[in-house]
Amino acid sequence: MSGALQRTPLHALHLELGARMVPFAGYEMPVQYADGLKAEHLWTREHAGLFDVSHMGQLRARGDDLHVALERALPVDFAGWPAGLQKYSLLLNERGGIDDDLMVTRLEGGVAIVVNAACKENDVARMRLLCPGLEFSVLDHALIALQGPRAEEVLPEAADLKFMHARTMQLAGADCLVSRSGYTGEDGFEISVPAAHAVALARKLLAHPAVKLVGLGARDTLRLEAALLLYGQDMDSGTTPGEAGLAWAIARSRRAGGAKAGGFPGSALVDRARKRFLGLLGLEPVPVRSGAPLVDASGASVGRVTSGTVSPTLGKPVMLAYVDSGVSDRTHLNAVVRNQPHAVKIVPLPFIPKRYKR
Amino acid sequence: MDVPEKLKYTASHEWIADHGDGTVSVGITAVAADQLGELVYVELPEPGARFRQGDACAVVESTKAASDVYAPLSGEVIASNGALPDAPGQVNVSPYSDGWLFKLKLANPEELAALLDAAAYRASAGAH
Repeated sequence: MSGALQRTPLHALHLELGARMVPFAGYEMPVQYADGLKAEHLWTREHAGLFDVSHMGQLRARGDDLHVALERALPVDFAGWPAGLQKYSLLLNERGGIDDDLMVTRLEGGVAIVVNAACKENDVARMRLLCPGLEFSVLDHALIALQGPRAEEVLPEAADLKFMHARTMQLAGADCLVSRSGYTGEDGFEISVPAAHAVALARKLLAHPAVKLVGLGARDTLRLEAALLLYGQDMDSGTTPGEAGLAWAIARSRRAGGAKAGGFPGSALVDRARKRFLGLLGLEPVPVRSGAPLVDASGASVGRVTSGTVSPTLGKPVMLAYVDSGVSDRTHLNAVVRNQPHAVKIVPLPFIPKRYKR
Repeated sequence: MDVPEKLKYTASHEWIADHGDGTVSVGITAVAADQLGELVYVELPEPGARFRQGDACAVVESTKAASDVYAPLSGEVIASNGALPDAPGQVNVSPYSDGWLFKLKLANPEELAALLDAAAYRASAGAH
């Protein structure tokens, strides 16, 4: 990443409200505010956290035969998919690897796609290549996430939405696209708001006593507890959906034997699995972080941690990891930290239950 | 940010309390503790361990990050703070007293002269 860092429409508000800013995916982003990561994390689990995620790429696809064309790029099936429904999908490469993970919402007369900040340009270039008849535009809207069990109380205008549904509504005097989804494992919303209205909307939401600003630091620990994968860390262009435990993100009809099987990049290789994704709980207090090697009882390397922290909710080290296909749930595993092995055990994911309003 | 006048400092955010008898106590500054956020884990050297000035000798970790602590002076560890493994957040609450990390018996007391005083540390850390 070169050149000056970009700023989101909420940049000045972050500084005013005590954010510590860090470079992230080419943007200057708030990693935490005065309360600190742990307090922000726990606040989101109990009340409602407000996150600036405007660095994410917000795309719109339009054009003739939109849905047929998009099905050439993404393993989705628009048949029976009503406007207002959002789905999680993957942009795959010819090797069946994941080039990005994204949220796709069918709108009246278009499709909205939210992609990872660092993948934005590559995604647009690839989709233009795969769907030459379509028009892809990148919106300069802000994206604000409101997450937590009290989100509905803060935004009663959107209470009618069910999980993974979206609708345009007037908020702070602007037309906003609001979806009931997020990246914390909690109930909540993501609000796409025109840049000029973003500060007014954020201030309106922050005026509610249940709402506090939450930085990217807590966003990372919240998503890790909910076992939501981070692109570029828990999966990348060399990871297949089968390996990442994301085969469910491929529409059934697009899978082998389905009515509209194949026809998207890498379709023959999506189930290829040379390694296995799983969750680990540390049995010792030492935090185990991304990159830590995993070894078996004999000290032989059997995998690697891709995300790890001390769970603020559980007070214990939690990890997302890949292990060799030969590792079973009974294999005794150690994570290596500063050349010392520390016992970990395989546990079911997520680490804390998701609390979506379905 | 609190930077007590009576202590000495390093640019890598350790503080040193000179006991005047060839021993010192060592901890991390309020600036460092604040940067890291609430500590969730500390790894301290065992008494008897010997370090040269600048050696990595302890680890402090928050939810966000792990950070090495460097021996500010050469010497032998004579004590480490046994309360911290069960209560690492003590370092954030009182970095200069209950949050001390370890004590050293100095090998070269003349190294003390080159440490930063409070004003020089404030300037180095950009603390006010």
